Amino acid sequence: MTVANSAAETMDYDEVLERFDPVMGLEVHVELHTKTKMFCGCQNVFGGEPNTHVCPTCLGLPGALPVLNGVGVESAIRIGLALNCEIAPWCRFARKNYFYPDMPKNFQTSQYDEPIAFDGYLDVVLDDGEMVRVGIERAHMEEDTGKSLHVGGVTGRIHGAEHSLLDYNRAGVPLIEIVTKPIEGMGARVPEVARAYVTALRELLLALDVSDVRMDQGSMRCDANISLMPKGTTEFGTRTETKNVNSLRSVERAVRYEMTRQAAVLVAGGSILQETRHFQEADGTTSPGRPKETSEDYRYFPEPDLVPIAPRAEWIEELRGTLPELPWQRRKRIQTEWNLTDEELRDLFNTGAADLVALTVDAGAPVGEARSWWVQFLTQQANVREIELAELPITPVQVARVIELIAEGKLTNKLAREVVQAVLEGEGGPDEVIAARGLEVVSDDTALNAAVDEALAAQPDVVEKIRGGKVQAAGAIVGAVMKATKGQADAKRVRELILERCQ
Amino acid sequence: MNSELIKRTAAELAAKIHTGELSSVEVTQAHLDRIAKVDDQLRAFLHVDAEGALAAAAKVDADIAAGRAPSSALAGVPLALKDVLTTRGIPTTCGSKTLEGWIPPYDATVTRKLREAGVVIVGKTNMDEFAMGSSTENSAYGPTHNPWDTTRIPGGSGGGSSASLAGFEAPLAIGTDTGGSIRQPGSVTGTVGVKPTYGGVSRYGLVAFSSSLDQAGPCARTVLDAALLHEIIAGHDPLDSTSIDAPVPPVVAAAKQGANADLTGVKVGVVKEFRGEGYQAGVLDSFEAAVEQLRELGAEVVEVSCPHFRYALPAYYLISPSECSSNLARFDAMRYGLRVGDDGTRSAEEVMSLSREAGFGAEVKRRIIIGTYALSSGYYDAYYGSAQQVRTLIIRDFEAAYQQVDVLVSPTTPTTAFKIGERVDDPMSMYLADLCTIPANLAGNAAMSVPSGLSADDGLPVGLQIMAPALADERMYRVAAAFETARDAAAGTAFLNQIPEL
Ligand SMILES: [Zn+2]
Repeated sequence: MTVANSAAETMDYDEVLERFDPVMGLEVHVELHTKTKMFCGCQNVFGGEPNTHVCPTCLGLPGALPVLNGVGVESAIRIGLALNCEIAPWCRFARKNYFYPDMPKNFQTSQYDEPIAFDGYLDVVLDDGEMVRVGIERAHMEEDTGKSLHVGGVTGRIHGAEHSLLDYNRAGVPLIEIVTKPIEGMGARVPEVARAYVTALRELLLALDVSDVRMDQGSMRCDANISLMPKGTTEFGTRTETKNVNSLRSVERAVRYEMTRQAAVLVAGGSILQETRHFQEADGTTSPGRPKETSEDYRYFPEPDLVPIAPRAEWIEELRGTLPELPWQRRKRIQTEWNLTDEELRDLFNTGAADLVALTVDAGAPVGEARSWWVQFLTQQANVREIELAELPITPVQVARVIELIAEGKLTNKLAREVVQAVLEGEGGPDEVIAARGLEVVSDDTALNAAVDEALAAQPDVVEKIRGGKVQAAGAIVGAVMKATKGQADAKRVRELILERCQ
Repeated sequence: MNSELIKRTAAELAAKIHTGELSSVEVTQAHLDRIAKVDDQLRAFLHVDAEGALAAAAKVDADIAAGRAPSSALAGVPLALKDVLTTRGIPTTCGSKTLEGWIPPYDATVTRKLREAGVVIVGKTNMDEFAMGSSTENSAYGPTHNPWDTTRIPGGSGGGSSASLAGFEAPLAIGTDTGGSIRQPGSVTGTVGVKPTYGGVSRYGLVAFSSSLDQAGPCARTVLDAALLHEIIAGHDPLDSTSIDAPVPPVVAAAKQGANADLTGVKVGVVKEFRGEGYQAGVLDSFEAAVEQLRELGAEVVEVSCPHFRYALPAYYLISPSECSSNLARFDAMRYGLRVGDDGTRSAEEVMSLSREAGFGAEVKRRIIIGTYALSSGYYDAYYGSAQQVRTLIIRDFEAAYQQVDVLVSPTTPTTAFKIGERVDDPMSMYLADLCTIPANLAGNAAMSVPSGLSADDGLPVGLQIMAPALADERMYRVAAAFETARDAAAGTAFLNQIPEL
């Protein structure tokens, strides 16, 4: 291994961007959560005793043949439509030929030059609210491989292992590969775009209910292709493909690291090898895969064991009708309906409050109050407890009730926060907390009048000032009344009563 | 007695078994005895399953004794199964070292249908390794010998199946035909071999050589027997995506109709391109006589030109090796089959490589290499791509021809059975054996071979190829049955009765 590839040889990120324009392409593999595998009737489930969900077809036994899973095709088309893609009126599977022990047939049944969906886009929102349109080159269907467990090696990879164990439960699980067009001109924001894209794609696939999209379990996997071109040039540099990127955060880190590594190699006069690299979660670096003597030639040709797929136009339209409200459509609708600024919208989604606010509004609360409670006070509470907002032990209905009590003048904002805190502490619902702690606002004017009269009598000089036109002096009396009522009076009402008496 | 039993047709045996006149066990035992007696000379079988066969036969006999209707028209009749179709619990080698000792955990759909029909599978027959060859000499287990002359080849790749029929080891057999592997062996052994329309018989469990061309089909000594077997194994199979979801062509009815020896109203096209140089004189004479016979039976005979058939052979030798290179990639020693070099020091890749080196024979390697090359980037369009275009042109030639005629005829193969060893060092001359049979595979049409007579120059059988459009398999059965009736009437005996005693 050359020094140029060592982790120390990276360039300062700002310097990278002074010298180079990064170009990125992302390939995301998504396992569909269909009941059965792509080409056989075996159960499609994560895990399980090794080699228990297998049959002649997914084991690639001699003579066995594939039969296409119709739900897999349906999911692929729905994903394509959600990504604003064209759907091919006629397409085929192809065989991608290469030898690897975890691939039972030593070819992968995939799609090559005839993907089911192509030429679309996904709009993604960056942290500062900027929207970036990521072009989608294609989305195609294929099958997953088995899993190898390499025992005895240092790296856990096949090279250097003492022996390997193979589990074919995953072999033949339906996969959709979604490939972006080259993402250019994003400069320093490339790593952020990578994370935002994968995040948005994940949300989209969740909304479509086609996959578990668990990056930790491998049901969503991202490969990042990165290259650098010197500033002022337009020809893409040699790219590397980074695999083993298993979380949203890793996507961003891997892209950023690879940019700094490539820049260091290039500036030192080296050249980038077109290679597969592996992301190391522990130190955030990438390391080279096993070097290839020759570039891989997959000898694609149309899969003769399957017939072409020709989805009827009416069926495609029918599937378009089954698309749920997609994440960006929802954002747009919420922004319009709730009349939010871009910043407010972003806060709403970044805090994960959108669903909770919507439910609170459904329970009768005005949007403004509901949003303010969830995005501000409750988000703080979640942060303090280091949990997700949705995990707070308070329901949207309870928040709506608190908002209602404020509107009725039965709680002040200060008291309301105390009530909510108590709910979060597990003391019961808002009404129970109020009853138990005796927190209700003193709204009985008779009781208040007595307190006001007492306070006015105690400070005749202030009364004189008010009567002389210095209305702001009323604050001193309000303070005295609030003190006397232990803060349970409605300050606004107290002030009104004082001014009435001083006329 | 036994020698009489083994010479009967499947239809006759079935009739007697179903009426209780004969038992299936007795019929099966007669064939097992014959195998024991002559297979040392013929080597038609790679595996004989006497126990399984007798058990299956006993079950048929029990059904009949209990008054239950036989499960099919051929229930109780023995059959020889080409070793390329998987059989649960019975070895399946495809004639290759790489699968020596492999016992499939599942039945091919053809195997399942045969078992369900009560057909008695007596064993697995020899073949060119992975069905690549025209002589059975490419079997890793040694060649099969032609019962007409044991110094000669029985055709290939299904030489074991054809020899088992001609050698009276079984009245029925199953073959598979990728470029002629049913018809050419049928031709050179004087038996009937049918390649049904592509998709007519399920390929599930047929170990793939070239997926877009492979087709299993019936082999027998008479046209009617082939038709009866055809109807048992054919039909849509949800496990094979390329299987046709359409009714099975009425081949039995057509064979029975043909037996009336009247072809009035049938238009027969003689393929102009399949004559001339490279064809044995005795083969051409027999073919001309057969065409004349068809005319006498009332058929209208015209000459038809299929100009692109001359490109069929080269196109076939690009498409089939390409698919084969991919289909045979799975034999990597990881999950099943021969494993060589796994001594704890070698990598998985080295073991794969050593195992494939040791497990495959020369012809298989040749085709894997050709196919790998033809599919390589930069060569794909020139080779695989243009071969697919030729395929389209051949389909159009057929379409144009079938506008004019009902069936096409030609010699099945340009020569009679050649000597074992004669062509092993000359792959091109070996490949020419399939010159006339390949176009039907490329087009996915139906085609069959029926014995037309004995060649005057060497006394060996000659085959008449009859081709029909896709899903019109019954047309060729009618013509073949009519021809067979006239042929046997003229000879005064069934064709195979002319075979010398082993
Ligand atoms: Zn399976």
